[in-house]
Amino acid sequence: MTQTLLHQILDYANRADPYPIYEELRKTPVHHEADGPYVISTYYEIRSLLHDPRISSDARNLASGNADPLAEPASEQSALPPGFLRLDPPEHDRMRRMTNRHFGPPHSPRRVDQMRPELHDIVGGLIDGIGDPSRIDLVEEFSYPFPVTVICRLLGVPREDEARFHTWADTLAASLDPDPDADAAERDKGAAEARMQLGMYLAGLIEERRKNPGDDMLSQLATTKSQDGQMTTMELLSTAALLLIAGHETTVNLITNGMLTLLRNPDVLQRLKTEPRLAVPIVEELLRFEPPVQLLPQRTTLADIEVRGVTIPKGSTLWLILASGNRDPQRFENPDHFDPDRPDIQHLGLGSGIHSCFGAPLARLEAQFALSELARRLDNPRLLDDPPPYRQNAVLRGPRHLRIACDGVRP
Amino acid sequence: MLGDGALAQLKREGRIVVVGASLAGLRAAETMRAKGFAGSLTMIGDEPCEPYDRPPLSKGVLLGRARADRTALPRLRSVDATWRLGVPATGLDMAARRVRLADGDEVPYDRLLIATGVRARPWPREEEAELDGVFVLRTRDDGSALARRLDEGPKRVLVIGGGFAGSEVASACRERGLPVTVAERGAAPLVGALGGVVAAVAADLQREHGVDLRCGVMVTALEGDASGRVRAAHLSDGSTVETDVVVVSLGALRNTEWLHGSGLGAGPRGIACDAGCRAFDIRGIVTDDIYAAGDVARCPHPLFGYQFLSLEHWGNAVAQGRIAAHNMLSESIDRLPHMDVPAFWSSQFGVNIKSVGVPSMATEILISQGSLESRRFVGVYGYQGRVIGAVSFDHGRWLPFYEELIEKTAPFPPQFTTVDRHADGQRPLDADFPDPSVPSHGPTVTLSGYSPADRRMTFTPAH
Repeated sequence: MTQTLLHQILDYANRADPYPIYEELRKTPVHHEADGPYVISTYYEIRSLLHDPRISSDARNLASGNADPLAEPASEQSALPPGFLRLDPPEHDRMRRMTNRHFGPPHSPRRVDQMRPELHDIVGGLIDGIGDPSRIDLVEEFSYPFPVTVICRLLGVPREDEARFHTWADTLAASLDPDPDADAAERDKGAAEARMQLGMYLAGLIEERRKNPGDDMLSQLATTKSQDGQMTTMELLSTAALLLIAGHETTVNLITNGMLTLLRNPDVLQRLKTEPRLAVPIVEELLRFEPPVQLLPQRTTLADIEVRGVTIPKGSTLWLILASGNRDPQRFENPDHFDPDRPDIQHLGLGSGIHSCFGAPLARLEAQFALSELARRLDNPRLLDDPPPYRQNAVLRGPRHLRIACDGVRP
Repeated sequence: MLGDGALAQLKREGRIVVVGASLAGLRAAETMRAKGFAGSLTMIGDEPCEPYDRPPLSKGVLLGRARADRTALPRLRSVDATWRLGVPATGLDMAARRVRLADGDEVPYDRLLIATGVRARPWPREEEAELDGVFVLRTRDDGSALARRLDEGPKRVLVIGGGFAGSEVASACRERGLPVTVAERGAAPLVGALGGVVAAVAADLQREHGVDLRCGVMVTALEGDASGRVRAAHLSDGSTVETDVVVVSLGALRNTEWLHGSGLGAGPRGIACDAGCRAFDIRGIVTDDIYAAGDVARCPHPLFGYQFLSLEHWGNAVAQGRIAAHNMLSESIDRLPHMDVPAFWSSQFGVNIKSVGVPSMATEILISQGSLESRRFVGVYGYQGRVIGAVSFDHGRWLPFYEELIEKTAPFPPQFTTVDRHADGQRPLDADFPDPSVPSHGPTVTLSGYSPADRRMTFTPAH
């Protein structure tokens, strides 16, 4: 029996290379299987829908949507309200504005830039700490600890607590995966439990920061009053959980996908060694070529919407396959070729519209630092497994391990 | 006509002259080289400096965060041109294909691109305009002179004209803590560009930020002291504003005087050209060797009834410059139309304002997302049952959706619901644009009829 395209996307067997499935999908830009979501796979259609105010990201709309066995169930029935990723305006705007006040322009234009020396030191320390150069697991030794350390410092989470929230974050990230074979009830229970535990941990931390505020984001979020008022404890908890998880589970894949891609394209890796500035277009091309967030499965239509002649009825669930749009030959010439010299790389890797990646400036900088330093310091690096073993998750896609070897680590 | 080989010859050894060395001219020149033009390229500009970016002049420069002489436009590639800077063009001989310069030189061309842009409309009474402390804001020199004067901490700044530029100046002054009066002839600031409904929000915003906003008034005279410094302004309501800095922000004049008598279809409304940027002559016949781009051009737009449209927008200068350059170096079948939907942005009083389409053509407005009261919203403009424009206050990320509605000539009012729909958005309101025949602060989008040779428009200064 042939699998439907939807099942093929989710099938772990296709994790290492989902792109042929996406190519098949693009033949039907609006793909719909009985009772399933409407799957959008072409660049221009995805981009339009990302700016379409008739689309809701609100978890509550999704829950009241159709009886879709593949869609994520109402798994958020835990102690925490949804983070702003799962809210619509005006609540979304208010929460994002209050959070951004301590992260980016106009109120904190230099925050990310000021982290440069710290990022440099963390990257340097991790590369210094690489054990046997003939068997490196890049994920364990580098790509995972780097962004975790960074998000901990930014938020003000003590590094020694990392192991505890590592488990919670992993469980929550796994719950974003609409895997048809998993036991949904079991998964939701696990996710709710993890969310609860994480919430309690953060609540303790926030209480402490309120008493002794530092210059970290958690302290600032907990103590700032602005025109938008002050975040309630619940809002603060869900925002902190969102930042923590998003900061954990995406950058790790960007860096690992990046190194994997560079090792598969040795000419580009060689150039990066001598031209660290090439890291900027390399990271942009990576966000197109191997985006860490492959698809957005959590949006709902608030009205009947016509896309390429197909009417998507009100209340339908949409899947926007960002990684497919990024390989759409209608938009990108020779899309399956990794080419950091592309004159315009306006990818969908960080989304677009009001939910476009909040942490984008930090993630870009992290990946640029990570890849340019790895390229400079690892002597003759090579892949030990190709393809590497992947994580189960089809949404937040990336290798579980990336085993590489090199002749030595340069100072 | 380009016969076989003529285009190849033009590309190989032709002479292209660009009059106007700013954004449109520079991007056009870069495009010509990118398309393989290997002949001689001459860039003529009346200002002595290389191409620079103007938007910072009314924002960062006035706040002291950027320096006016550090706003050079980034070069996207080498243009390998002969630069004739600081020498204005003074005439055009279409028959001999020559541009005359102020220093007496004549520059021959095979293809000519005119991108002379606009200049600030000066205060109409010359002796008052020359008073010390009276400024306009258009050029780099204007920007640095005004910024220097603001550094000195004037007692009060009077801005004449509450359009986008004037409002940005007022915003920068307030941010610096300087007392500001804005005198606007219309009912509210931005009314000409965005209509009365949205302008009322802009007015509240200004007053809340401490601007002494006077609407429905004209400045009738500027008064200087014995040393020739401006000291006061007299208003049509009989009041007087004591001030030591006056910023005249009454819109722009198109730099077409140098073409007078040349036979080109150029006048106060700009240079008429076709959708491919080829200029019309005075008889309404399109030329094949003269092109226009940027603020000085007016060209018919299919989305807006093919009326000639003049746009003083940054993005338009870039897009039109590129289209003109492409078409100059293409066979007729390969030419491209300039069909971008107009778009611009402004930043004032902490609010990011963006607009697409031609709001000033509209009769109705619907607040489709957010609310006027919160000052965070999207307004959709309707004209004869279709969507013709949109404006956002701190909601710019939604505008691409509305741009698509404009391109698709979607019906107005939109029939669907959206996220964040408020009571404001239940029914359309009268967009409340002022009578376009009454000049106010000069909207930056102007529809100017169907005649390519329209040279009759005159401006009657306020008095």
